[in-house]
Amino acid sequence: MEKRIITRGLLAGALAGLVAFCFARIFAEPVIGKAIAYESGRDAAQAALNQAAGLPVDSGGPDIFSRTVQSNIGIGVGLIGFGAAMGAMYAVVYLLCLGRVGRIQPKVLALLVAGAGLAGIYLVPYLKYPANPPAIGHPETIKPRAALYLTMVVCSLAFILAATWLGRRLAPRFGNWNASLLAALGFAVAIGIVMAILPSLGELSANVHLYGHHATETPLPLADPKGNIVYPGFPADVLFSFRFYSICNQVILWGTLALAFGPMAERVLRPVMERAETTGGAGVTAATV
Amino acid sequence: MSTMPVSPVSPASTSVPTPLVVSAAKARLWMGGALLFGLLAYYFIGVDQGAVSVFGGDMHIHEFVHDSRHLLGFPCH
Repeated sequence: MEKRIITRGLLAGALAGLVAFCFARIFAEPVIGKAIAYESGRDAAQAALNQAAGLPVDSGGPDIFSRTVQSNIGIGVGLIGFGAAMGAMYAVVYLLCLGRVGRIQPKVLALLVAGAGLAGIYLVPYLKYPANPPAIGHPETIKPRAALYLTMVVCSLAFILAATWLGRRLAPRFGNWNASLLAALGFAVAIGIVMAILPSLGELSANVHLYGHHATETPLPLADPKGNIVYPGFPADVLFSFRFYSICNQVILWGTLALAFGPMAERVLRPVMERAETTGGAGVTAATV
Repeated sequence: MSTMPVSPVSPASTSVPTPLVVSAAKARLWMGGALLFGLLAYYFIGVDQGAVSVFGGDMHIHEFVHDSRHLLGFPCH
């Protein structure tokens, strides 16, 4: 049974990635294009300033893949791969949840686990470190930024696990509804503390050293030595659109995963459960079916 | 579908709640394999050739999945 569930998770995940890719290609790619255009223009302005000041001009790295490849094939491979990866791990979590989180319908459980995945892997880390388009993010801070982001991912997943356990422990005393609310409150407090402790990206020491104190790494206007603005800051509307489409993309991915996986899982599980019920056994181990 | 047995435990058994418990020990090969695959794919799509890199200075994977890395929320250069 576990084999069939996991292959279905993988399949549903790849499908979810494909749907997310269609969305991303139509809606997000034009925004990514605008961000890259901003970045190129800014680099050119910076190079002109450097040249005028007699400083060495940074030539930038060579383009390994053209924008056409990146925005049509690369993003598709990335999203389908990510979907398949999430689908495989999601199926494992789903299997482990069966019978351990109360009597929940297979399709409802599929939605709940996907919701936890969306929140733990993306949405909660996003609250502290939101997705950024190209042009935002200093190369010199990639190490601390990656470490901080993954810290948020690990913490939110661990706290969701802990909250699920807590909810189950409290359910006999407070009832399902109140126990779930208490567990959610505990999650919010715990992740809130972590978010308060972790630094803002603009406050990383390399950034403070180079740019002064700012909340984020979003590029500010570029000024010449006399203080005249020669290139604007990152356009706010592009930033909003990108972040909005980033959320839409993940909601579509996890939503498709749950909606595709749920009915398939139910079809696999139904005969197994009916057999368990007719033989009177509440629990059945996977290897026997 | 129509021959579904009526169970005394759940009378409306067109949709069955989930009582069965999968033993992680017995299913460990498939579960471990799925987790390994998932973590590796997550790492290569989201993290590799950025903060850490298993292929040194090579940037092919990073550049290829560049757009999805940004859109999925990962930190990028």
